[in-house]
Amino acid sequence: MSTFTTKQVKRLGFLVRIGLTDEEADHLKNDLNVIADSISKIQELDTKDVPPTTNPVPLKAHLRDDTAATPLTLKEALSGAPKTSDGQFVAPRILGSE
Amino acid sequence: MLRRRLTVSLSRLEFWEASDMSAENEIVKLSAAQMAQKLASGEVSSRELTQAEINVIAAAEPSIKAFLTVSASRALKEADESDARRAKGEKMPALAGVPIAIKDMIVTKGIETTAASKILKGWIPPYDATVIRKIRAAGMPLLGKTNLDEFAQGSSTEHSAFFPTHNPWDTTRVPGGSGGGSASAVAAFEAPLALGTDTGGSIRQPGAFTGTVGVKPTYGGVSRFGAIAMASSMDQIGPVSRTVLDAALLQELIGGYDANDSTSLPDAVPPVVAAAREGQKMDLHGVRVGIIKQALGEGISDPVRTNFEHTVSLLKSMGAQVSEVDMPALPYSLDAYYVLMPSEVSSNLARYDGMRYGIRVMPPADQEQSAQNMMLATREAGFGPEVKRRIILGTYALSAGFYDKWYGSAQRVRTLIIREFNQAFKSVDVLVSPTSPISAFKIGSEVSGNPMTMYMNDIATIPANLAGIPAISVPMGLANGLPTGFQIMAPQKRDDLMYKPAAAVEAALKQESCADMLSSLKTPWVDQAAHGSDVAATDADQINKAEEAAVEAKAVGARSTREEK
Amino acid sequence: MADNAEKLMSFDEAIKRFDPVWGLEVHVELSTNTKLFCPAHYEFGATPNTELTPVSLGLPGSLPVINKKALDDAIRLGLALHCHINEWSQWTRKNYFYPDMPRDYQISQGDYPLNGEGYLDVTCEDGTKFRVPILRAHVEDDAGKNTHIGGADGRIEGADHSLIDYNRAGVPLVEIVTKPVEGTGAKAAEIAGAYVRTIREIARALGVSHGKLEQGNMRADVNVSLRRSPSDPLGTRSETKNVNSFRGIERTLIYEIRRQATILSKGGEILQETRHWDESTQTTTNGRLKSDANDYRYFPDPDLVWVHTTSDHVEELRKTLPEMPWVRQARLQKEWGFDDRQMHAVLNAGAVDVIDQTVQAGATASGAAKWWLGEIARVANEQSVSLDELPATPQDVADIEEMIKDGKLNNSLAIKTMDGVLNGEGSPADVVAKHGYKVVEGGDKLEGIVKDAFAKNPDVAEKLKSGNMKPMGVIIGAVMRATHGQADAKAVRQMIMKIAGNK
Repeated sequence: MSTFTTKQVKRLGFLVRIGLTDEEADHLKNDLNVIADSISKIQELDTKDVPPTTNPVPLKAHLRDDTAATPLTLKEALSGAPKTSDGQFVAPRILGSE
Repeated sequence: MLRRRLTVSLSRLEFWEASDMSAENEIVKLSAAQMAQKLASGEVSSRELTQAEINVIAAAEPSIKAFLTVSASRALKEADESDARRAKGEKMPALAGVPIAIKDMIVTKGIETTAASKILKGWIPPYDATVIRKIRAAGMPLLGKTNLDEFAQGSSTEHSAFFPTHNPWDTTRVPGGSGGGSASAVAAFEAPLALGTDTGGSIRQPGAFTGTVGVKPTYGGVSRFGAIAMASSMDQIGPVSRTVLDAALLQELIGGYDANDSTSLPDAVPPVVAAAREGQKMDLHGVRVGIIKQALGEGISDPVRTNFEHTVSLLKSMGAQVSEVDMPALPYSLDAYYVLMPSEVSSNLARYDGMRYGIRVMPPADQEQSAQNMMLATREAGFGPEVKRRIILGTYALSAGFYDKWYGSAQRVRTLIIREFNQAFKSVDVLVSPTSPISAFKIGSEVSGNPMTMYMNDIATIPANLAGIPAISVPMGLANGLPTGFQIMAPQKRDDLMYKPAAAVEAALKQESCADMLSSLKTPWVDQAAHGSDVAATDADQINKAEEAAVEAKAVGARSTREEK
Repeated sequence: MADNAEKLMSFDEAIKRFDPVWGLEVHVELSTNTKLFCPAHYEFGATPNTELTPVSLGLPGSLPVINKKALDDAIRLGLALHCHINEWSQWTRKNYFYPDMPRDYQISQGDYPLNGEGYLDVTCEDGTKFRVPILRAHVEDDAGKNTHIGGADGRIEGADHSLIDYNRAGVPLVEIVTKPVEGTGAKAAEIAGAYVRTIREIARALGVSHGKLEQGNMRADVNVSLRRSPSDPLGTRSETKNVNSFRGIERTLIYEIRRQATILSKGGEILQETRHWDESTQTTTNGRLKSDANDYRYFPDPDLVWVHTTSDHVEELRKTLPEMPWVRQARLQKEWGFDDRQMHAVLNAGAVDVIDQTVQAGATASGAAKWWLGEIARVANEQSVSLDELPATPQDVADIEEMIKDGKLNNSLAIKTMDGVLNGEGSPADVVAKHGYKVVEGGDKLEGIVKDAFAKNPDVAEKLKSGNMKPMGVIIGAVMRATHGQADAKAVRQMIMKIAGNK
């Protein structure tokens, strides 16, 4: 059940913002097909009436009080940034189509 | 007790060769519990202990490469603080003063944290993970950050962006993964304890490969706050140690409810230390052990099978009631895991986009210098091939039109597996299997082959992550000179149930061979450290750093230079 | 990009030929003390990047923990919108990359939202009511803010780079999604506008949101499609994102109806796309085609678990609901004795609260309305701020009304006093004292001034004395000029009558 084409791998790469060269996409395609062929076994099991599990431990959400804690300082917040200006993070030009 | 162990060890050839062991040498080979005793009695200070470990690290790292960052200067300062607190008469926690190494998947304030990825190189977190806060509060000096497969994705530590870690039993072999750094550091006596993270076996499989103890607690038993997310519904922080008791002591310290983690269990930590001590008595009457039929299928190497069967016979001889358990859906675990895990990975790793932390790589000059192209270039250069493979696979499994077939199916298979475990634990207290079907393989032997071969390494460890149950790997003897691991799984929130037989197996094997397994490991670096003078902390802080800088420069420089702040 | 408005079919024509179906996704920002998933305090206008924890900055290893107050506020809003409150709700990740999104996914709700189906009744200008059907009202977190640098007017086009302030990231939003709204015909925009205004009234009455559109507390995505007849299936829709004014929402609807009608009538096809409302051109412009749009890869957030909302808790919250705006409005309209048109004007001006408070401070309803819909509204309009952002308080208005009643101020002095208050000169008493505003009473002094005015305008005086009162204004004006506006108009009028001999 080979599912992946090079073009599709590149499209998925774009969707998740990983620029892939043709060569790299081609190589990935082969790996992914091997994996997909193997793991497609999950569809063998009859799970029609089985509920999905997102989290293995049954828990109800713990809700926190609306009490403020000390925030990061501006210096801490910016400390890891590749580029900053005027106390803000700098992004390269954002195109309207993005 | 200590005296006797050393006498026994000395009967072995390699220890005759190192017969001029100094006092320092002895210290690093003690268990964490024994170190804690000596610290409590004042026989040794945390500073002495920490300096001794730093000396071993400096001697071992050229051949082991377990550490990405050695934080020696800070560790010594922390040791001094710990000693000062003790001197003031403060009541100290059990492991106070005992140094520890931390997998570089766990966030440490002020100490570089990279997840062994180029994309995070240089990131110095402004906060501490909850487990690190607990460790600091307990006065445990933090020796440094250990190597791993990038973002914990891999089973050999070869997928670290910086360098592979070597197995101290045979440095041409891998230590397992993803937590090979923590396992090798503990096995090589560079640290008595370490923390790992386990999403599909990343603590336990390296435990099996290096002859150490590795524990994945119940999901939610240890706070994940500050553990860099790989697959959030399966990630769990756990102890790496040389003895079962040490693991229990560490789990009690790091475990418990944390309001910063919505998946944290409100329950108290199960009494694992008491259970480990109970197990040391080697009486397992009344303990019902299930052998999973499906876990002993094809793919298990003969020596692993032999050691496993022998260990089961030891359990029986200590009074355990052993039966076979049928879990027909279990073989689908690997498949469900390789859908769910990459799906969560694809989302969890989205934040590494060159905006807020880590590296930024600008697109080639002939492309628009836009934010989108920057993200594409940064993630292309910053992630390694295995991480990319999983992100793309997960993106596919979640994409419109494929969700139900892939992600949805896997979630439902996960439910079936949980149901099977629930059913099995109605008739047995614990389930056992080999931790890994094989022992440590040669570096380079699996990297470029069929990806499924590597994924198969985790076949026995993955089910516990899917089901959120606790599991421990204890050494079960050597095979062809390499360690093998025995896995014990218990029901959710009953971590204590697995600690008892684990400690019993450990004690029985030790009694049988008149020594624990690690004492047969050749450790020339320990002897070298014992002979040399103290290594300066500032020198130790630089260990492995030049190599990492070269890797980063190559990644960023490939496209453009890193932008200045 | 923008279609030329002149070339579009007229709205009346479009409605004659097509049946519009629309929907709104209204985002209401909750005014909780801390963010939805972390304890960072948020306040509009703070220094950039100083309201962050590791969670709202999306640092590696950070984890979300749900704010109880945010959920309770969202449930109260849901109850006011007659929503079914789901016992179990779940968090979903919406995955997409954008520089202002710290985790590059938004935590929202998918198949299991907190608030399910509901409705909201709105009243049109002509008094007719319309029920807007609500599909869901779920909770999600907001993103940070980009400032585009180097382009014209801070616009994205032509900018060189952007500065990112993540303060807003993680602030709780309730997204209220209507079902397709059918059968509104020519009233589409009016009903949509009334619907969003009513949501704001509710949010403010509940105290869950500041409801300030200009600060981004509320914004809406506007979906529009057309079909030839109500019996046809729904047409292809356009989605206009992030419209952040009432006017904008109404005009977007009108514009899209006209634009789509123009295309369809020429046999063209509507593209399923995301569009943007451009305030400067009053048009929508095209954005991304849905076909190459993001695949958001929704899946349940594994960092969070199910939220359990018991019916007991819902009932407890129901007890805390204040009088709903429409109930209160009906009550106040009756108390104030306003007709529908007057009341509509009050609602449109967002002046219900201030008038109510002014009446409580002692003024008459008509006196209060005169100020809040008159002089104060004029200044608010000039400065593009809301009524409650000006220095004049309901107490000030009541005080001025009191002074008029007591004859201490006449109308022109009262307006001058109000202008002083609006200028920030202090209370009405302060302003009066500062400028020495004082009504010139009747009596000898006034008589002298009026007589003087008669003398200076003999023609007018003649007419007045002959009983033709038409040019009386000339004399009043002269007297007012002479007294710097401090004469009491009524007293002046009486004096004129007296001197003209008509009394």
